[in-house]
Amino acid sequence: METAPKPGKDVPPKKDKLQTKRKKPREWKNPESQRGLSGAQDPFPGPAPVPVEVVQKFCRIDKSRKLPHSKAKTRSRLEVAEAEEEETSIKAARSEQLLAEEPGFLEGEDGEDTAKICQADIVEAVDIASAAKHFDLNLRQFGPYRLNYSRTGRHLAFGGRRGHVAALDWVTKKLMCEINVMEAVRDIRFLHSEALLAVAQNRWLHIYDNQGIELHCIRRCDRVTRLEFLPFHFLLATASETGFLTYLDVSVGKIVAALNARAGRLDVMSQNPYNAVIHLGHSNGTVSLWSPAMKEPLAKILCHRGGVRAVAVDSTGTYMATSGLDHQLKIFDLRGTYQPLSTRTLPHGAGHLAFSQRGLLVAGMGDVVNIWAGQGKASPPSLEQPYLTHRLSGPVHGLQFCPFEDVLGVGHTGGITSMLVPGAGEPNFDGLESNPYRSRKQRQEWEVKALLEKVPAELICLDPRALAEVDVISLEQGKKEQIERLGYDPQAKAPFQPKPKQKGRSSTASLVKRKRKVMDEEHRDKVRQSLQQQHHKEAKAKPTGARPSALDRFVR
Amino acid sequence: MTANRLAESLLALSQQEELADLPKDYLLSESEDEGDNDGERKHQKLLEAISSLDGKNRRKLAERSEASLKVSEFNVSSEGSGEKLVLADLLEPVKTSSSLATVKKQLSRVKSKKTVELPLNKEEIERIHREVAFNKTAQVLSKWDPVVLKNRQAEQLVFPLEKEEPAIAPIEHVLSGWKARTPLEQEIFNLLHKNKQPVTDPLLTPVEKASLRAMSLEEAKMRRAELQRARALQSYYEAKARREKKIKSKKYHKVVKKGKAKKALKEFEQLRKVNPAAALEELEKIEKARMMERMSLKHQNSGKWAKSKAIMAKYDLEARQAMQEQLSKNKELTQKLQVASESEEEEGGTEDVEELLVPDVVNEVQMNADGPNPWMLRSCTSDTKEAATQEDPEQLPELEAHGVSENSGSQEVLSELRVLSQKLKENHQSRKQKASSEGTIPQVQREEPAPEEEEPLLLQRPERVQTLEELEELGKEECFQNKELPRPVLEGQQSERTPNNRPDAPKEKKKKEQMIDLQNLLTTQSPSVKSLAVPTIEELEDEEERNHRQMIKEAFAGDDVIRDFLKEKREAVEASKPKDVDLTLPGWGEWGGVGLKPSAKKRRRFLIKAPEGPPRKDKNLPNVIINEKRNIHAAAHQVRVLPYPFTHHWQFERTIQTPIGSTWNTQRAFQKLTTPKVVTKPGHIINPIKAEDVGYRSSSRSDLSVIQRNPKRITTRHKKQLKKCSVD
Repeated sequence: METAPKPGKDVPPKKDKLQTKRKKPREWKNPESQRGLSGAQDPFPGPAPVPVEVVQKFCRIDKSRKLPHSKAKTRSRLEVAEAEEEETSIKAARSEQLLAEEPGFLEGEDGEDTAKICQADIVEAVDIASAAKHFDLNLRQFGPYRLNYSRTGRHLAFGGRRGHVAALDWVTKKLMCEINVMEAVRDIRFLHSEALLAVAQNRWLHIYDNQGIELHCIRRCDRVTRLEFLPFHFLLATASETGFLTYLDVSVGKIVAALNARAGRLDVMSQNPYNAVIHLGHSNGTVSLWSPAMKEPLAKILCHRGGVRAVAVDSTGTYMATSGLDHQLKIFDLRGTYQPLSTRTLPHGAGHLAFSQRGLLVAGMGDVVNIWAGQGKASPPSLEQPYLTHRLSGPVHGLQFCPFEDVLGVGHTGGITSMLVPGAGEPNFDGLESNPYRSRKQRQEWEVKALLEKVPAELICLDPRALAEVDVISLEQGKKEQIERLGYDPQAKAPFQPKPKQKGRSSTASLVKRKRKVMDEEHRDKVRQSLQQQHHKEAKAKPTGARPSALDRFVR
Repeated sequence: MTANRLAESLLALSQQEELADLPKDYLLSESEDEGDNDGERKHQKLLEAISSLDGKNRRKLAERSEASLKVSEFNVSSEGSGEKLVLADLLEPVKTSSSLATVKKQLSRVKSKKTVELPLNKEEIERIHREVAFNKTAQVLSKWDPVVLKNRQAEQLVFPLEKEEPAIAPIEHVLSGWKARTPLEQEIFNLLHKNKQPVTDPLLTPVEKASLRAMSLEEAKMRRAELQRARALQSYYEAKARREKKIKSKKYHKVVKKGKAKKALKEFEQLRKVNPAAALEELEKIEKARMMERMSLKHQNSGKWAKSKAIMAKYDLEARQAMQEQLSKNKELTQKLQVASESEEEEGGTEDVEELLVPDVVNEVQMNADGPNPWMLRSCTSDTKEAATQEDPEQLPELEAHGVSENSGSQEVLSELRVLSQKLKENHQSRKQKASSEGTIPQVQREEPAPEEEEPLLLQRPERVQTLEELEELGKEECFQNKELPRPVLEGQQSERTPNNRPDAPKEKKKKEQMIDLQNLLTTQSPSVKSLAVPTIEELEDEEERNHRQMIKEAFAGDDVIRDFLKEKREAVEASKPKDVDLTLPGWGEWGGVGLKPSAKKRRRFLIKAPEGPPRKDKNLPNVIINEKRNIHAAAHQVRVLPYPFTHHWQFERTIQTPIGSTWNTQRAFQKLTTPKVVTKPGHIINPIKAEDVGYRSSSRSDLSVIQRNPKRITTRHKKQLKKCSVD
């Protein structure tokens, strides 16, 4: 007598679900062996099914590219690689199912504009813990503030124009340090951890620890206007008034590269988190993309008719938002085309831009902050309707979304404001990578690991996946050299050697005939190919569509 | 002189004759009748002697004509004295004896035998030995090939190979020392005992054991023998069939086929007598074959072979015959089987049963042939319909105009078809119009309003703006267009024609882009953006805003950002282009000096044009300059030599696409991806692989040692080889 229900038996397996193992172990086929000691049957036998789309997300092998014919041995290696990829991506997809947190958004009722919902309403609606994340720091004395959140999103550092520098654990509001550097502070940035703080002061770049003790004064980086830290390369990028972009390796304290942008004063900078390329905005309306390995910019994009005021790149490295003196806000596609996807003219133009982890775009215009949201994580923010707006007590001077929190930090002349922006932060954090709740010990351990995994600075390039490609130029060069050295091509196809045949068919004449046949076939192939190419050319050259008209000559 | 000598010899001869004749006379005293016979012989002899006088053969051949009693040793005459005496002749007895034959044979053998060969020199013998040993060793070692291959491909190898058996006691032992104590256990044991389930030895129940014992040894042996025989027979037949299949002789196959046909006919005859029902089926089969033949073109002189023969037939009698043969074969195969009727006629009234049966057979076969054939069942009307549908739809109206008398159903069909054909015609026409969209005017006028609407669009395009202001205006206009003309309206008006024309426009624009100078490059930017998948959103503010923008424009009127950028881009493009090499030497072969330049012809001749590089990545992106320089620092970290089994870099790239670090993978996946290839157990001796480890029975070592111990043992094959070497 069986009392255990068997829901899994009659239900046909869904089509879009993938089984982890194609070949199930033999035990699973036998229903008896599925039963445990108690005799009850597993209602969900086998590993949990995973949706195909989720698995696809983790697949990295581009199968659309047709490979040339490969030998059996090579084919087996390729098969192994593909099987490995599938297995690992299924595992990754399955582990993704464990991510419990889900992002939420503000959704207005029919016809209700979410932009009209003010911070007070949101604070009223949310729980106490979240409500505590909205606060204002009234610091009118030391002028407009720049601010920066640490990578874990736990700590906040801000520096006022008039020398006020402070760092605090903003969640608990515990102050770590507060000093006045008695000098103008242009920018402030946490280094790899919250224990180190880089401050761009009027003359030089200074580094403080979390006690406010000055550790270094880097005189080679002078008159720095903007700072940007590349966490995986341990590089501090500084843009200076003198027009130099300097990369400082903070792990060894060496300047990796000092690049002259040849475009005057640099005061617009942002990093592409996907490939660690630095974007600089210039007064001639261009945005240039830089890597420490190259003396010239990797690319230059003409974005605005006036100077560029702000640049921001989203976390996937797909979209770049720019605002210029021509009061336009544009979103560019960075996947090879560098064309604007959407444009919007703003009444006063945006002076500061920032992307959130989930792709929300914030723009600071005067004392107003506008936030636009897209359809999902991988879509660009639509600039038609703002998602949220907020008016501050003074003009905006610094903007940043807090990582892993639905919080936007705004530095302005009146101090610091921490805004609640539902749906801004990534709800699930990687505890091994950037854990907001980590202890001191964990931080130290992570530091060591991160230093061990430091990426060399010269690997920064536009397409980081290009590093996983073979250097074809060197390969061909090497081949050529080898051929020169040996006097023949060892990889060349051996001339056809007819196999000896029995029963007297291996006469010299027949051998020659067979050789001839193969040669002719090859020749025919060649001719066929060249003919095809010709056809292609002709097809291209032919005017497609309408016949040429006599009036065409007047068309300029 | 000679005559004298001749006379003397003749005299001597006669004297001798007389001497010789003495006994003869004595003998022949009784028989006088043979006297004249003697005379004849003498005459013959004389003639012979005379004839031998001339020529070289002057020596007289002595002949003993008659047996004489006394044979003196001086008078021995040898017959055929010129011949050489052969040893065998001496031995030859009067009558052949078997014992002597063997001797003779031995003698011949002795004679045929040559001298004993020299032994090979040491090196050669050793070489052959080595070769033999190598072959044998290679053969022995080849059984390791799959093992080696498997180990090479294995993801992980664990050493040492022999695994220690886990010291887990089998369940019987555990159970034997265990007793049921609680009532529940006792109950369970009772149940088990009742069903004769094994308690201590859980492998086999008594029933199973009994069944195992059921088959006796002899039975099993017999059965095995039977199976073996069956297998042997099967393999024999298989081999035979294979052999026969391989025979290439056409004649043979012809004969075989003929034989088979004959046999089949005979069998059929027999079958008809014995089992009429089965014969019927057979007949059906034959009929089917006939149908197949009729359907196919196999013997219709239409094949490749037949065509070639047809060409040759004019000149070649054989080819003609072959063709005839093929045709006759076709006729024969397609001929309707007359077996039944013939038998009817032949057998007539002899066997009533068959007479009754055979006509039935014929009828049935025909019915069968007719029954499933859908083509035969067609009625006439349906045929006409078919024809109508198959006809060209364009001709249909004409057909209708003729007014053929048809029933109502077919008319309905026709009317439907007509509608369809009209549609088709329309489509056709519209396609034509599309093809000549900018063609002659009357055609355009005949069309529907849709193309007329398009013309303004086409004309509108060529306007090209020169300045920033104009560009701005253009942008505004487009914005207005976008705002004021919502999508559905556009789609409704232009109907299906817009998608056809849309792709044309960008193409033309592209072409134009190449033609216009770089100055105006950016003006095409907005349309090119529009053609992107994601639509551009451009919001326009009220008039205040516009005024504001106007102000901004005025403010930036001085610095022409676009022109600067284009200039920069042009320079970058120029710099990245490969340079031509000029090898002209001024003054070489002509006058040189200040103010004199080498001639253009010479310069052209010595200018080596650089090969055109690949197209720039920013070729079609007017607002972008992409640096084409190679990042050599990054390239130093890239793979530059393809590892072994890969022949193309794409193949290798595919294998390194998946990252193996823990940053990108789950812990399990990371561990699996980074498992070591070889795992050794610390503190254990790793012995070399043995045959038992991989499931082989015998050790290969013994085979090896045999060869090494007595290398003198050589197979017959190698003996032959030895001989060959010695002959050479």
